[in-house]
Amino acid sequence: MHLTLEFGGGLELLLENSTKVHKVEVPPQDGENMVTMKGLLSWVKANLIKERPEMFVKGDSVRPGVLALINDCDWELCGGLDAELEEKDVVVFISTLHGG
Amino acid sequence: MDSSSADGARLPPSRAGSRLCVRCGERKAALKRPKTLEQVSPICRECFYVVFEDEIHQTIVDNTLFKAGERVAIGASGGKDSTVLAYVLSELNRRHNYGLDLFLLSVDEGITGYRDDSLETVKRNEIQYGLPLKIVSYKDLYGWTMDDIVKAIGLKNNCTFCGVFRRQALDRGAALLKADKIVTGHNADDIAETVLLNILRGDIARLSRCTFITTGEDGPIPRCKPFKYTYEKEIVIYPLYEISHISVCIYSPNAYRGFAREFIKDLERMRPRAILDIIKSGENFRISTTTRMPEQGTCERCGYISSQKLCKACVLLDGLNRGLPKLGIGRTKAGPGADGDGKQRAKGSERNTSSLQGKHGNFDF
Ligand SMILES: [Zn+2]
Ligand SMILES: [Zn+2]
Repeated sequence: MHLTLEFGGGLELLLENSTKVHKVEVPPQDGENMVTMKGLLSWVKANLIKERPEMFVKGDSVRPGVLALINDCDWELCGGLDAELEEKDVVVFISTLHGG
Repeated sequence: MDSSSADGARLPPSRAGSRLCVRCGERKAALKRPKTLEQVSPICRECFYVVFEDEIHQTIVDNTLFKAGERVAIGASGGKDSTVLAYVLSELNRRHNYGLDLFLLSVDEGITGYRDDSLETVKRNEIQYGLPLKIVSYKDLYGWTMDDIVKAIGLKNNCTFCGVFRRQALDRGAALLKADKIVTGHNADDIAETVLLNILRGDIARLSRCTFITTGEDGPIPRCKPFKYTYEKEIVIYPLYEISHISVCIYSPNAYRGFAREFIKDLERMRPRAILDIIKSGENFRISTTTRMPEQGTCERCGYISSQKLCKACVLLDGLNRGLPKLGIGRTKAGPGADGDGKQRAKGSERNTSSLQGKHGNFDF
């Protein structure tokens, strides 16, 4: 599935070259035929995060204080971890934990 | 409105934007707001701008934060909070005719590279929002840049200097620019966190002060926090929707707050009201009249508010200027000053030490 991922608020510093925007191809999880936010998070952790994953995830969710938006919509309104992603969705992760 | 808005409803995962805004009932909801009695949620983008700005206007009106004709310094760090504050305040000032003379006030600590981005942001804000910008440097105010200080003391203790000097810098800069008031971007999360930290430290004096929306009314320049009830989550989302670009620095000078911050975010996830509840409980603490409170005097050397003979900054400067930079770090030991730092506003004043003071290290708010 083609997705566009954007990282901000300092999260980009955890990624290679501090790149903010990533166009990625994310495979469905084992035994499923779709990509959920939960699956995306573990994929991001395994494939994109280069350092300090604890700044991004906690348990199987994002660290509290990290906002996620799916196509500019609060992920909490889209089903949270169970939200099903669709082709060409834009997912934004932004940390509120730095700076003021 | 569909029935899925109840928390935890067992429905197929709802796709982005499948619910309607409860305010306008027309557009797709984009944001879940913290559940409080007054707040409508979920809400669409367009309604979010309106409600976000209205709530801040309401806070300003309800607490009479400003009087027409006042000259107000917006403490501008280039971070998200102060950038959003500058934008919203200049909008509200126009829209509701507050009659305020607003300007941006930034502090340049003199850390090579550190402020480059944020000063760029502030300069951009100056143009975008049409607000005059004044930058005061540590070098101007204290005779030392942070780089010089780090050279003298090493990296370990520089947060102490940064915190103390930063707070005073805003006051001194504002005085220099004849401001009547300072506004800062402290948000509800910041204040809830400070309440917790003050409880953990047993710092009764600060606990009772830290929830005030306006502080320092007895001093020369009061400070206020129009974002007192505004959630950080919404301050972060607002510019994504509304203003172009905000740079956020990862090397937060408040890094030491980390653990309490994380705790608050954990609470918020379980119960979004928690942040406002903590502020409420901070407000509701009453100090028994038998507890001795530190009396506020002013620094003998610079006139800044201090419960000691010399304020924290003057003690630290003393150490630096005498080549004993560790002086003033850790326990407060205010001694008679050696040579001054050239920025004196000599204003003699009695001081009072108290049993509460001097035990709490260097944390401030
Ligand atoms: Zn609406
Ligand atoms: Zn002083």
